[in-house]
Amino acid sequence: MPAWKKRSATWCEARRSALPVPATATRSSFATIGVSFHNVEKRFGSLAALRSVSLEIRAGEFVALLGPNGAGKTTLLRMAALLMNPTRGSVFFSTGAASEPAQSHRQASAFRPKRAIGLVGHSTLLYDELTATENLTLFADLFGLSDIAGTVAAALEDCGLASRAGSLVRTFSRGMRQRLAIARALLHQPSLILLDEPAAGLDRHGLAWFSARLAKLKTDGCTVLMSTHARNESLDLATRAVALAGGRVDNDSGSAGDPRALLAALRTEQ
Amino acid sequence: MTTVRAAGIILAKELRLEFRTRELLTATVIFALVVVVLFSFAFDPTAAESRRYGPGLLWIAFLFAGSLMLNPSFAREQNNETLDALRMAPISSFAILLGKILANFIFMSLAELVLVPVFAVLYNLSLAGIVWRLILVLVLGTLGLTVTGTVFSAVSAHARMRELLLPLLLLPLLTPLLIAAVESTASLFAEQPALDRTWLAFLAGFDIVFLTASWLLCDHLLAE
Repeated sequence: MPAWKKRSATWCEARRSALPVPATATRSSFATIGVSFHNVEKRFGSLAALRSVSLEIRAGEFVALLGPNGAGKTTLLRMAALLMNPTRGSVFFSTGAASEPAQSHRQASAFRPKRAIGLVGHSTLLYDELTATENLTLFADLFGLSDIAGTVAAALEDCGLASRAGSLVRTFSRGMRQRLAIARALLHQPSLILLDEPAAGLDRHGLAWFSARLAKLKTDGCTVLMSTHARNESLDLATRAVALAGGRVDNDSGSAGDPRALLAALRTEQ
Repeated sequence: MTTVRAAGIILAKELRLEFRTRELLTATVIFALVVVVLFSFAFDPTAAESRRYGPGLLWIAFLFAGSLMLNPSFAREQNNETLDALRMAPISSFAILLGKILANFIFMSLAELVLVPVFAVLYNLSLAGIVWRLILVLVLGTLGLTVTGTVFSAVSAHARMRELLLPLLLLPLLTPLLIAAVESTASLFAEQPALDRTWLAFLAGFDIVFLTASWLLCDHLLAE
């Protein structure tokens, strides 16, 4: 690979200690990771979606990303998902064992953030013309998971779609698609979970399932970054709240702070 | 995961989607057939005239078919932003591109498999004795068409007028390839069929250059 191709990825460097991620990873087999934004700016032509955002999300934190439409929540999440480069500034990933030095160059180079990231986006990120099983199998295959059939069956059972496993996604309701989208994002057991308005389209049962799933992820020590502009019960799990406005960090309860005041403000706004 | 293995997974997905919907293949084959049939009415296709004009008409039909087929290659990943899901997988960008290039190559080859015999019948040309050499020319020409077309499909996928943009970008760039393909095909349809090695080498060179360019630029091509 030419040197300049390698250089193009420097904005998302592995920082501090970096642990190898095996191809058939289970969540327990690699450390949870955090993500840091250093003076990040993102421009779309003359429009600045993010302006000098500096934010350090530590491994294991559950962060509620609040703000109105156009505040920059989705842009921030897409950068953390490695889908978008910042116009200026840097995005770093760090492991939970931040104080430990990298054990070897080989281990450091084996650090691959993509394997540790799961994203639930605005769209479902699913193929309408594939069945639920085919969609999950495709991504399980791309992530190099072992026992793909078993993993996919378990994921479908978990999200309550086992009975529709062979149905094309285009025949699903909005809520069913969203549950499958969440199942797809969590299929490879990521340790950094990025959720962009994940409750959209979910009914009461779907929301209850989703909240229980998030609670389990929090117990497992995953880092969660969830954007929302509406109050939902899963926000009660948040250990930190960050409010964005006009592409800047407007308010941050901090890692050791109490997010309830910011979350209460969201409730009041509604 | 190796690039080849990942490209194989993408290829399998593309084939499954296409053979389930048959959106691209059906439209492309019908369109190319209509072009070939219409041209056969435009002039009297005696063997001599066919040898003169046939190769050009054949590659025009392939080009139109390719423009039609290659445009949705990345555009249909926009529906549910599925390209994002592929980009988030721990595979190289080139694997995504390669999987789609291979899929488009298979689709184009299938269209040509239908088109060439019909063309031979309508234009009174015999394929006997030149089949393998013709296949070689078609493979090299089609590979160049699909590599370039898939790359520009990725470039134009985010554009608002992508249906217009792809042919605008693609046609000037494909001109050298089409000239080489037409000349190679014409030398096979001559009274004394012979494989023109110069044009064949040009076709192979074009394929290598554009495959290498797509490998070098794949990260930028698929970036938002």
